[in-house]
Amino acid sequence: MRLLQLAYEFFITGLLAFGGGLATLPFLYDMGTRTGWFTNEDILRMVAVSESTPGPLGINMSTYVGILTFGLLGGIVASLSLVLPSLLTILLVIKILDKFKTSPKVKAIFYIIRPATMALIVMALISIAKVTFFNVPLNEIGSFSGFFSAINYKTLILAVVLFIPIIKTKLHPIFFIAASAIIGVIFKL
Amino acid sequence: MKDFWKLFISFAKIGAFTFGGGYAMLPMFQKELIESRKWITDEELMDYYAISQCTPGVIAVNTATFVGHKVKGFWGAVVATLGVILPSIIIISLIVSIIAEFAESEIVVHAFGGIRACVCALILSSIIKLGKKAIVDKLTLGVFVIVTLLSLFTSIPVVLIILAFGLIGFGLSYTKAFKRRFEEGADK
Repeated sequence: MRLLQLAYEFFITGLLAFGGGLATLPFLYDMGTRTGWFTNEDILRMVAVSESTPGPLGINMSTYVGILTFGLLGGIVASLSLVLPSLLTILLVIKILDKFKTSPKVKAIFYIIRPATMALIVMALISIAKVTFFNVPLNEIGSFSGFFSAINYKTLILAVVLFIPIIKTKLHPIFFIAASAIIGVIFKL
Repeated sequence: MKDFWKLFISFAKIGAFTFGGGYAMLPMFQKELIESRKWITDEELMDYYAISQCTPGVIAVNTATFVGHKVKGFWGAVVATLGVILPSIIIISLIVSIIAEFAESEIVVHAFGGIRACVCALILSSIIKLGKKAIVDKLTLGVFVIVTLLSLFTSIPVVLIILAFGLIGFGLSYTKAFKRRFEEGADK
Protein backbone atom coordinates (compact mmCIF):
# COMPACT_ATOMS: atom_id res chain seq x y z
CA MET A 1 0.00 0.00 0.00
CA ARG A 2 2.81 2.40 0.85
CA LEU A 3 4.44 1.33 -2.41
CA LEU A 4 1.33 2.63 -4.16
CA GLN A 5 1.74 5.93 -2.33
CA LEU A 6 5.39 6.07 -3.46
CA ALA A 7 4.28 5.56 -7.06
CA TYR A 8 1.66 8.27 -6.70
CA GLU A 9 4.10 10.78 -5.17
CA PHE A 10 6.64 10.33 -7.97
CA PHE A 11 3.99 10.35 -10.65
CA ILE A 12 2.80 13.77 -9.42
CA THR A 13 6.41 15.01 -9.26
CA GLY A 14 7.03 13.86 -12.83
CA LEU A 15 3.83 15.55 -13.93
CA LEU A 16 4.52 18.92 -12.33
CA ALA A 17 8.31 19.34 -12.59
CA PHE A 18 8.96 21.22 -15.82
CA GLY A 19 12.39 21.51 -17.42
CA GLY A 20 14.69 18.76 -16.23
CA GLY A 21 16.06 17.09 -13.13
CA LEU A 22 16.75 20.11 -10.93
CA ALA A 23 13.08 21.06 -11.21
CA THR A 24 12.23 17.94 -9.19
CA LEU A 25 14.12 19.24 -6.13
CA PRO A 26 11.40 21.42 -4.55
CA PHE A 27 8.94 18.52 -4.94
CA LEU A 28 11.35 16.14 -3.23
CA TYR A 29 11.88 18.51 -0.28
CA ASP A 30 8.13 18.73 0.11
CA MET A 31 7.71 14.96 -0.20
CA GLY A 32 10.39 14.28 2.42
CA THR A 33 8.81 16.68 4.89
CA ARG A 34 5.31 15.30 4.44
CA THR A 35 6.08 11.58 4.44
CA GLY A 36 9.23 11.38 6.57
CA TRP A 37 10.67 8.87 4.08
CA PHE A 38 13.96 10.76 3.78
CA THR A 39 15.62 13.87 5.15
CA ASN A 40 16.81 17.06 3.47
CA GLU A 41 20.37 15.82 4.06
CA ASP A 42 19.57 12.71 2.02
CA ILE A 43 18.46 14.95 -0.86
CA LEU A 44 21.56 17.16 -0.68
CA ARG A 45 23.81 14.10 -0.59
CA MET A 46 22.03 12.76 -3.64
CA VAL A 47 22.49 16.00 -5.59
CA ALA A 48 26.24 15.76 -4.91
CA VAL A 49 26.33 12.09 -5.90
CA SER A 50 24.27 12.70 -9.05
CA GLU A 51 26.98 14.95 -10.36
CA SER A 52 29.42 12.06 -10.21
CA THR A 53 27.16 9.30 -11.52
CA PRO A 54 25.88 9.06 -15.07
CA GLY A 55 22.30 9.49 -16.13
CA PRO A 56 19.52 12.03 -15.72
CA LEU A 57 19.48 13.74 -12.31
CA GLY A 58 15.73 13.18 -11.85
CA ILE A 59 16.09 9.43 -12.36
CA ASN A 60 19.07 9.20 -10.02
CA MET A 61 17.16 11.08 -7.33
CA SER A 62 14.01 8.99 -7.61
CA THR A 63 15.96 5.71 -7.63
CA TYR A 64 17.86 6.76 -4.52
CA VAL A 65 14.80 7.95 -2.63
CA GLY A 66 12.87 4.83 -3.68
CA ILE A 67 15.65 2.54 -2.44
CA LEU A 68 15.96 4.45 0.85
CA THR A 69 12.28 3.94 1.56
CA PHE A 70 11.34 0.58 0.03
CA GLY A 71 14.52 -1.12 -1.17
CA LEU A 72 15.29 -2.05 -4.77
CA LEU A 73 11.63 -2.49 -5.71
CA GLY A 74 10.97 1.01 -4.38
CA GLY A 75 13.78 2.39 -6.57
CA ILE A 76 12.31 0.82 -9.68
CA VAL A 77 8.73 1.88 -8.88
CA ALA A 78 9.79 5.48 -8.10
CA SER A 79 11.78 5.87 -11.35
CA LEU A 80 9.08 4.35 -13.52
CA SER A 81 6.43 6.53 -11.87
CA LEU A 82 8.56 9.63 -12.46
CA VAL A 83 8.93 8.99 -16.20
CA LEU A 84 5.34 7.89 -16.87
CA PRO A 85 3.91 11.45 -17.14
CA SER A 86 6.75 12.46 -19.52
CA LEU A 87 6.10 9.47 -21.70
CA LEU A 88 2.35 10.16 -21.86
CA THR A 89 2.77 13.91 -22.45
CA ILE A 90 5.26 13.43 -25.27
CA LEU A 91 3.08 10.77 -26.92
CA LEU A 92 0.26 13.31 -26.85
CA VAL A 93 2.54 16.04 -28.27
CA ILE A 94 3.58 13.64 -31.06
CA LYS A 95 -0.11 12.99 -31.91
CA ILE A 96 -0.76 16.73 -32.17
CA LEU A 97 2.48 17.51 -34.06
CA ASP A 98 1.84 14.75 -36.59
CA LYS A 99 -1.41 16.46 -37.55
CA PHE A 100 0.22 19.82 -38.16
CA LYS A 101 3.71 18.75 -39.21
CA THR A 102 3.41 20.03 -42.75
CA SER A 103 1.67 23.23 -41.70
CA PRO A 104 3.68 26.32 -42.69
CA LYS A 105 2.79 27.85 -39.33
CA VAL A 106 4.43 25.03 -37.35
CA LYS A 107 7.50 25.27 -39.59
CA ALA A 108 7.68 29.01 -38.96
CA ILE A 109 7.36 28.51 -35.19
CA PHE A 110 10.22 26.02 -35.01
CA TYR A 111 12.34 28.14 -37.36
CA ILE A 112 12.19 30.94 -34.78
CA ILE A 113 12.43 28.69 -31.71
CA ARG A 114 15.58 26.85 -32.87
CA PRO A 115 17.99 29.78 -32.45
CA ALA A 116 16.32 30.53 -29.08
CA THR A 117 17.02 26.92 -28.01
CA MET A 118 20.63 27.32 -29.16
CA ALA A 119 20.98 30.34 -26.88
CA LEU A 120 19.68 28.28 -23.93
CA ILE A 121 22.20 25.53 -24.69
CA VAL A 122 24.98 28.17 -24.73
CA MET A 123 23.74 29.30 -21.28
CA ALA A 124 23.90 25.71 -20.01
CA LEU A 125 27.48 25.46 -21.30
CA ILE A 126 28.40 28.71 -19.53
CA SER A 127 27.07 27.45 -16.20
CA ILE A 128 28.97 24.16 -16.48
CA ALA A 129 32.12 26.01 -17.64
CA LYS A 130 32.00 28.33 -14.61
CA VAL A 131 32.34 25.47 -12.13
CA THR A 132 34.79 23.57 -14.32
CA PHE A 133 37.30 26.27 -15.17
CA PHE A 134 37.19 28.39 -12.01
CA ASN A 135 38.21 27.35 -8.51
CA VAL A 136 36.00 29.92 -6.77
CA PRO A 137 32.52 31.23 -7.64
CA LEU A 138 32.88 34.08 -10.15
CA ASN A 139 30.95 36.62 -8.05
CA GLU A 140 33.44 36.18 -5.21
CA ILE A 141 36.33 37.34 -7.38
CA GLY A 142 37.11 40.94 -6.46
CA SER A 143 40.02 41.96 -8.64
CA PHE A 144 41.46 41.54 -12.11
CA SER A 145 44.46 39.57 -10.82
CA GLY A 146 42.08 37.52 -8.67
CA PHE A 147 40.31 36.49 -11.87
CA PHE A 148 43.47 34.93 -13.30
CA SER A 149 44.49 33.18 -10.11
CA ALA A 150 40.98 31.70 -9.86
CA ILE A 151 41.26 29.97 -13.22
CA ASN A 152 41.71 26.22 -13.05
CA TYR A 153 44.42 25.94 -15.73
CA LYS A 154 44.58 22.13 -15.65
CA THR A 155 40.94 21.62 -16.69
CA LEU A 156 41.12 24.52 -19.14
CA ILE A 157 44.14 23.03 -20.92
CA LEU A 158 42.50 19.60 -21.03
CA ALA A 159 39.33 21.05 -22.59
CA VAL A 160 41.32 22.99 -25.21
CA VAL A 161 43.47 19.96 -26.07
CA LEU A 162 40.38 17.69 -26.34
CA PHE A 163 38.45 20.13 -28.48
CA ILE A 164 40.60 19.61 -31.58
CA PRO A 165 40.17 15.81 -31.88
CA ILE A 166 36.50 16.18 -30.90
CA ILE A 167 35.73 18.34 -33.93
CA LYS A 168 38.30 16.79 -36.30
CA THR A 169 37.68 13.07 -35.72
CA LYS A 170 34.56 10.91 -35.69
CA LEU A 171 35.45 9.15 -32.43
CA HIS A 172 32.58 8.45 -30.04
CA PRO A 173 32.05 10.88 -27.12
CA ILE A 174 32.31 7.85 -24.79
CA PHE A 175 35.96 7.53 -25.81
CA PHE A 176 36.72 11.14 -24.88
CA ILE A 177 34.81 10.88 -21.58
CA ALA A 178 36.66 7.70 -20.56
CA ALA A 179 40.03 9.16 -21.58
CA SER A 180 39.43 12.40 -19.67
CA ALA A 181 38.37 10.48 -16.54
CA ILE A 182 41.73 8.65 -16.62
CA ILE A 183 43.63 11.89 -17.31
CA GLY A 184 41.74 13.49 -14.42
CA VAL A 185 42.86 10.78 -11.99
CA ILE A 186 46.49 10.83 -13.21
CA PHE A 187 46.90 14.61 -13.12
CA LYS A 188 44.63 15.10 -10.07
CA LEU A 189 42.25 17.54 -11.80
CA MET B 1 12.82 -7.05 -32.93
CA LYS B 2 16.22 -5.92 -34.08
CA ASP B 3 15.12 -2.29 -34.15
CA PHE B 4 13.88 -2.53 -30.55
CA TRP B 5 17.24 -3.92 -29.49
CA LYS B 6 19.10 -1.14 -31.32
CA LEU B 7 16.90 1.47 -29.66
CA PHE B 8 17.45 -0.04 -26.25
CA ILE B 9 21.24 -0.28 -26.63
CA SER B 10 21.64 3.24 -28.03
CA PHE B 11 19.64 4.80 -25.21
CA ALA B 12 21.28 2.65 -22.54
CA LYS B 13 24.65 3.90 -23.83
CA ILE B 14 23.41 7.47 -23.61
CA GLY B 15 22.12 6.92 -20.07
CA ALA B 16 25.31 5.21 -18.93
CA PHE B 17 27.78 7.78 -20.24
CA THR B 18 26.10 11.12 -19.70
CA PHE B 19 27.30 13.10 -16.75
CA GLY B 20 25.47 16.28 -15.74
CA GLY B 21 21.92 16.32 -17.02
CA GLY B 22 19.99 16.96 -20.19
CA TYR B 23 22.23 19.48 -21.90
CA ALA B 24 25.32 17.34 -21.33
CA MET B 25 23.50 14.62 -23.26
CA LEU B 26 23.49 16.66 -26.44
CA PRO B 27 26.82 15.33 -27.82
CA MET B 28 25.74 11.74 -27.09
CA PHE B 29 22.37 12.27 -28.79
CA GLN B 30 24.12 13.74 -31.82
CA LYS B 31 26.56 10.87 -32.16
CA GLU B 32 24.15 8.00 -31.49
CA LEU B 33 20.86 9.23 -32.93
CA ILE B 34 21.96 11.51 -35.79
CA GLU B 35 25.39 10.42 -36.98
CA SER B 36 25.46 6.67 -36.21
CA ARG B 37 21.81 5.59 -36.53
CA LYS B 38 20.44 8.43 -38.68
CA TRP B 39 17.11 8.14 -36.86
CA ILE B 40 16.58 11.91 -36.62
CA THR B 41 18.00 15.18 -38.03
CA ASP B 42 19.79 18.05 -36.26
CA GLU B 43 16.64 20.13 -36.64
CA GLU B 44 14.46 17.47 -35.03
CA LEU B 45 16.82 17.17 -32.06
CA MET B 46 16.63 20.94 -31.47
CA ASP B 47 12.85 20.82 -31.70
CA TYR B 48 12.72 18.00 -29.11
CA TYR B 49 14.81 20.13 -26.76
CA ALA B 50 12.54 23.12 -27.23
CA ILE B 51 9.44 21.02 -26.56
CA SER B 52 11.11 19.39 -23.51
CA GLN B 53 11.55 22.83 -21.96
CA CYS B 54 7.81 23.35 -22.07
CA THR B 55 6.66 19.88 -21.00
CA PRO B 56 7.05 18.08 -17.69
CA GLY B 57 9.80 15.60 -16.96
CA VAL B 58 13.39 14.81 -17.71
CA ILE B 59 14.79 15.96 -21.09
CA ALA B 60 16.46 12.58 -21.68
CA VAL B 61 13.17 10.73 -21.27
CA ASN B 62 11.31 13.17 -23.49
CA THR B 63 13.87 12.77 -26.27
CA ALA B 64 13.84 8.99 -25.86
CA THR B 65 10.06 8.99 -26.24
CA PHE B 66 10.20 11.13 -29.40
CA VAL B 67 12.92 9.06 -31.06
CA GLY B 68 11.57 5.68 -29.95
CA HIS B 69 8.14 6.58 -31.28
CA LYS B 70 9.59 7.75 -34.60
CA VAL B 71 11.52 4.50 -35.08
CA LYS B 72 9.08 1.92 -33.70
CA GLY B 73 5.85 3.55 -32.58
CA PHE B 74 4.44 3.28 -29.03
CA TRP B 75 6.53 0.29 -27.91
CA GLY B 76 9.61 1.92 -29.41
CA ALA B 77 8.97 4.90 -27.14
CA VAL B 78 8.63 2.60 -24.11
CA VAL B 79 11.79 0.62 -24.96
CA ALA B 80 13.90 3.76 -25.54
CA THR B 81 12.68 5.27 -22.26
CA LEU B 82 13.50 2.11 -20.31
CA GLY B 83 16.91 2.04 -22.01
CA VAL B 84 17.82 5.56 -20.94
CA ILE B 85 16.80 5.06 -17.28
CA LEU B 86 18.08 1.52 -16.69
CA PRO B 87 21.80 2.40 -16.24
CA SER B 88 20.87 5.00 -13.59
CA ILE B 89 18.77 2.49 -11.66
CA ILE B 90 21.53 -0.15 -11.77
CA ILE B 91 24.36 2.24 -10.83
CA ILE B 92 22.47 3.92 -7.97
CA SER B 93 21.38 0.50 -6.59
CA LEU B 94 25.00 -0.65 -6.63
CA ILE B 95 26.45 2.37 -4.83
CA VAL B 96 23.55 3.18 -2.51
CA SER B 97 25.19 1.70 0.59
CA ILE B 98 28.47 3.58 0.04
CA ILE B 99 26.95 6.71 -1.44
CA ALA B 100 28.60 9.30 0.83
CA GLU B 101 32.04 7.72 0.56
CA PHE B 102 31.62 7.38 -3.19
CA ALA B 103 30.99 11.06 -3.84
CA GLU B 104 33.93 12.12 -1.67
CA SER B 105 36.47 9.51 -2.73
CA GLU B 106 39.60 11.05 -4.24
CA ILE B 107 39.52 9.01 -7.45
CA VAL B 108 35.91 9.96 -8.20
CA VAL B 109 36.57 13.66 -7.52
CA HIS B 110 39.59 13.76 -9.87
CA ALA B 111 37.94 11.66 -12.57
CA PHE B 112 35.10 14.16 -12.53
CA GLY B 113 37.44 17.10 -12.86
CA GLY B 114 38.54 15.53 -16.13
CA ILE B 115 35.05 14.51 -17.27
CA ARG B 116 33.63 17.99 -16.70
CA ALA B 117 36.37 19.57 -18.84
CA CYS B 118 35.59 17.00 -21.54
CA VAL B 119 31.83 17.65 -21.33
CA CYS B 120 32.44 21.38 -21.88
CA ALA B 121 34.48 20.67 -25.03
CA LEU B 122 31.84 18.18 -26.26
CA ILE B 123 28.95 20.59 -25.73
CA LEU B 124 30.86 23.37 -27.51
CA SER B 125 31.36 21.13 -30.54
CA SER B 126 27.62 20.26 -30.49
CA ILE B 127 26.75 23.95 -30.34
CA ILE B 128 28.90 24.63 -33.40
CA LYS B 129 27.30 21.80 -35.39
CA LEU B 130 23.71 22.57 -34.38
CA GLY B 131 24.25 26.32 -34.58
CA LYS B 132 24.88 26.07 -38.31
CA LYS B 133 21.41 24.55 -38.74
CA ALA B 134 19.63 26.94 -36.37
CA ILE B 135 21.27 30.27 -37.20
CA VAL B 136 20.81 30.51 -40.95
CA ASP B 137 20.14 34.21 -41.59
CA LYS B 138 20.01 37.66 -39.98
CA LEU B 139 16.63 37.02 -38.35
CA THR B 140 17.67 33.78 -36.62
CA LEU B 141 20.99 35.37 -35.61
CA GLY B 142 18.97 38.20 -34.07
CA VAL B 143 16.80 35.76 -32.10
CA PHE B 144 19.93 33.98 -30.84
CA VAL B 145 21.53 37.24 -29.65
CA ILE B 146 18.34 38.49 -27.99
CA VAL B 147 17.71 35.25 -26.09
CA THR B 148 21.37 35.09 -25.03
CA LEU B 149 21.15 38.63 -23.63
CA LEU B 150 17.78 37.93 -21.98
CA SER B 151 19.12 34.84 -20.22
CA LEU B 152 22.32 36.59 -19.16
CA PHE B 153 20.71 39.70 -17.71
CA THR B 154 17.18 38.73 -16.68
CA SER B 155 15.67 35.77 -14.86
CA ILE B 156 12.71 35.17 -17.17
CA PRO B 157 11.78 31.47 -16.98
CA VAL B 158 12.97 29.42 -19.95
CA VAL B 159 9.42 28.17 -20.67
CA LEU B 160 8.21 31.74 -21.18
CA ILE B 161 11.10 32.57 -23.52
CA ILE B 162 10.40 29.54 -25.70
CA LEU B 163 6.64 30.19 -25.74
CA ALA B 164 7.13 33.89 -26.53
CA PHE B 165 9.37 33.17 -29.50
CA GLY B 166 6.98 30.44 -30.63
CA LEU B 167 4.25 33.09 -30.69
CA ILE B 168 6.52 35.45 -32.65
CA GLY B 169 7.13 32.68 -35.17
CA PHE B 170 3.39 32.09 -35.39
CA GLY B 171 2.79 35.80 -35.97
CA LEU B 172 5.52 36.01 -38.61
CA SER B 173 3.95 33.09 -40.47
CA TYR B 174 1.28 35.54 -41.63
CA THR B 175 3.82 37.82 -43.36
CA LYS B 176 4.43 37.55 -47.09
CA ALA B 177 8.10 36.60 -46.82
CA PHE B 178 7.32 33.76 -44.42
CA LYS B 179 4.40 32.53 -46.48
CA ARG B 180 6.65 32.23 -49.50
CA ARG B 181 9.32 30.45 -47.46
CA PHE B 182 7.20 27.89 -45.66
CA GLU B 183 4.29 27.19 -48.01
CA GLU B 184 3.94 23.55 -49.02
CA GLY B 185 6.97 22.42 -51.03
CA ALA B 186 8.70 25.80 -50.82
CA ASP B 187 11.45 24.50 -48.53
CA LYS B 188 13.57 21.58 -49.71
